[in-house]
Amino acid sequence: MIKVTNLKKSYGDLEVLKGLDVHIKEREVVVVIGPSGSGKSTFLRCLNLLEDFNEGEVIIDGFNLKDKNIDINKVREEVGMVFQRFNLFPHMTVLDNITLAPVKVRKWSMEKAKQKALELLVKVGLQDKAHVYPDSLSGGQAQRVAIARALAMEPKVMLFDEPTSALDPEMVGEVLAVMKQLAQEGMTMVVVTHEMGFAREVGDRVIFMDGGYIIEEGKPSEIFDNPKHERTKSFLSKVL
Amino acid sequence: MDFRFDIIAEYAPFFLKGVLLTIGLSIIAIIVGSILGLVIGLGKISSKQLVRLPFEWYINFFRGTPLFVQILLVHFGLMPMLFPQPNPIISASVSLSLNAAAYIAEIFRAGIQSIDRGQMEAARSLGMTHVQAMSYIILPQALKRMIPPFGNEFIVLIKDSSLAAIIAAPELMYWGRAAQGQYYRVWEPYLTVALIYLVLTLSLSKLLHYLERRYSAK
Repeated sequence: MIKVTNLKKSYGDLEVLKGLDVHIKEREVVVVIGPSGSGKSTFLRCLNLLEDFNEGEVIIDGFNLKDKNIDINKVREEVGMVFQRFNLFPHMTVLDNITLAPVKVRKWSMEKAKQKALELLVKVGLQDKAHVYPDSLSGGQAQRVAIARALAMEPKVMLFDEPTSALDPEMVGEVLAVMKQLAQEGMTMVVVTHEMGFAREVGDRVIFMDGGYIIEEGKPSEIFDNPKHERTKSFLSKVL
Repeated sequence: MDFRFDIIAEYAPFFLKGVLLTIGLSIIAIIVGSILGLVIGLGKISSKQLVRLPFEWYINFFRGTPLFVQILLVHFGLMPMLFPQPNPIISASVSLSLNAAAYIAEIFRAGIQSIDRGQMEAARSLGMTHVQAMSYIILPQALKRMIPPFGNEFIVLIKDSSLAAIIAAPELMYWGRAAQGQYYRVWEPYLTVALIYLVLTLSLSKLLHYLERRYSAK
């Protein structure tokens, strides 16, 4: 589904990704962990070209992102993204937030988009919030709407960029529960997070990044219970 | 000191005509200036330097030189190249519009750049094109924030349109000068004109204040 080869990215002289190779299969849930500044968010943002990269190759759903002939918007239709700061559109109701892209990009009828949006709101437990504006939502509710908004495009892959880092602790659970359900339904997911419990329970594979490299990857049980690298051990000893 | 109200009474119909032209010129300039200003403002935030450059210099020129000079350049320089008989009203509309466009472009630019980057990213991540993201997400939010500076620009235009008197566009100030020239009286015509400008700008600023409160409540 996603094939990343020798991905390199730098801002001026600062190299943040120093050659990543990742292969993600359909229905796989990959959790990326690592200290701040390790390049994990940048890696995620390269997957839908919110960040351009300097070298290497990213192939998603058969599209090579560096191919000049592809329409990046077509790729993004298939790749949903959830942001740390939600980024809901504040001038629109929750329902309009969710229906906008399906109607304008996928060219669905308003009828169909609305029906889909209401289904998704039920799924994330916010059916009563369809007609309110985002600023009246709590952080956890806003993030669940953001997930529904991304899902409304019926993407094949979902990217999560620290989806619970901006939330009050008591709201983290409700967002993780939605993500867990999504994983169980077979969505292909790449999740950058500091939630080690989620990584262990829901992840099929954990990638540990530091300093722009992938240091170690494997099944959650291997990484958490039996890390091989010194760097992984010292990181986990601090966060677990 | 005697104050000759009869001069004011005599010129009242002309002042009225002048006020209408003053308002007309300002409205034309704000409309044309907004359309041009949107294009110039968007051009100025282009990621390509070659695209940005002409827009930057347009703004530099029209904000960095006096409107007075611009009016003279347009009326005596530009317009005679296009029309055999330059019309002062057209010249005034053109120069005020071009000038307003530069200021409004900066208002658009600031408004657009004040919107959190995440909004554009979220829109693009959903597969929207840059144009779609701009028109559905960024501009609607930016426009709301632009109401106060936009109102200021309108007020400035009302006052600055008085410079069109110098090319004999018969707006309010022109008639003030005419009355002064006919009677050699300063206070009556100029105080009247000043008072009319004050009424215009104050009522406009009240209206804008009302709009601002109404839209920010939403």
